[in-house]
Amino acid sequence: MNKSGQWEPKIVGFLCNWCSYAGADLAGTSRIQYPPNIRVIRVPCSGRIDPLFIFSCLQNGMDGVLVSGCHPGECHYLSGNYNARRKFALLKSLIEYVGLEEGRVQFSWVSASEGVRFAKVVEEVTARIKALGPAKKLVKNISGGSFDVSAHP
Amino acid sequence: MSQLTHEIREAAREFLRDGKVQTVIGFEQGSLPLRSRPCFIRKEEDLEKLVWNGFCETNLARYLPKRKGKIAIVAKGCDSRALVELIKENQITRDQLVIIGVACDGMIDRNLIEADMSGETIVEVKEDKGILTVKGTNSEKALDRKKYLYDHCKVCSHPVPVIYDVLIGQKDLQAVQAPVIDTFSDLDDFSSLGSEKRWEYISQEMGKCIRCYACRNACPMCYCPECFADASKPQWVGKSTELSDTMVFHLMRAFHLAGRCVGCGACEQVCPMGVDIRKLNRKLQKDVTDLFHYDAGCSLEETAPLATFRVDDPESFMVEP
Repeated sequence: MNKSGQWEPKIVGFLCNWCSYAGADLAGTSRIQYPPNIRVIRVPCSGRIDPLFIFSCLQNGMDGVLVSGCHPGECHYLSGNYNARRKFALLKSLIEYVGLEEGRVQFSWVSASEGVRFAKVVEEVTARIKALGPAKKLVKNISGGSFDVSAHP
Repeated sequence: MSQLTHEIREAAREFLRDGKVQTVIGFEQGSLPLRSRPCFIRKEEDLEKLVWNGFCETNLARYLPKRKGKIAIVAKGCDSRALVELIKENQITRDQLVIIGVACDGMIDRNLIEADMSGETIVEVKEDKGILTVKGTNSEKALDRKKYLYDHCKVCSHPVPVIYDVLIGQKDLQAVQAPVIDTFSDLDDFSSLGSEKRWEYISQEMGKCIRCYACRNACPMCYCPECFADASKPQWVGKSTELSDTMVFHLMRAFHLAGRCVGCGACEQVCPMGVDIRKLNRKLQKDVTDLFHYDAGCSLEETAPLATFRVDDPESFMVEP
């Protein structure tokens, strides 16, 4: 909820240490405004992302997930993001196939010098997830469904 | 005794007698009709137990990971493809194996037969030239074998093993003349439903799951010493049968099999709740084929799709602000 009582999505951003995290840092130090809905988790590489992390976020009441890494060809570990890209392609397709809303889970490339791009990505991702509304499908109901995540912001 | 049974026994006898292998893994008659069960044979005199019929659906590759010594294994098309993947993943070496390949006409889903016998106890089943003669306590029926195959057998594009040391039964096989080309058309109906309908169906299916892990235990490719579903530090997936947990378990299991699943249907055969597990596996199989042009278990040389990449892999799904 924001101050005026409107629902605001909670989004987890998995950012790679070498590019996107630095890009987010640059957006911050450059005083670029972007939606505060994103909660950043720094990971060593986009290749580190296990789909389980993403499902875990959705189970625990997050409304969306953004995974961001270095542009292809710029990975600190040379091929981490190439390998990740294959995983993401399958994961995204699978998520949509089972009927989880398209856009809950999104992927992007942001380099360390792209503070502006990072802000734009977050804006776009937030807007899409906001349009989808709160994520309910995969949320875990603790002990028989009495636990309402939205009541515990 | 069928011709195939005889040939399998003779092939196995040769390998066992020469000391080329210590163990033969094959099938023996189960204690009930419509059942064949895996057996491990170490002595020549036990070879008489080996059988081959339409109920040898178990994927025997399941018994191989990390097994020591020389082994002869009776392998259908799907078993052999699982073997290829296991060899590539260093779970067993090719030198350890003597593969008795059996060209397979598809395996029979006993549930379909039982349903057709309207509750009668089945006492005997005979197979001859595509006709199943099923004897119940009061009646006898002749059934067309083709109509009682497992769903995954109906779309099987590799009835003949892809690797083998001896091949048995190829000349009698109808499927060899008219091989099925798997176009994944069984997914079309589901894919064309709306997102909500798809979620409804998948929820309903996964909601049936009781987390017995039979699917995992029967799967030839699920050999991790510690499965993510059992991990407790940290515990990523809850162990409850609540929809959220069962769904994540099945999605993740399907994902772990991406590019490795050979579509043998072992998971569904053993599921006590009749969960449509292959809905997920098939989708990933289709995507791997479409996006990365890889068909699991077909070649010993080709690298697994998720262990490699191409610079120009598709990435149209990425956010471009």
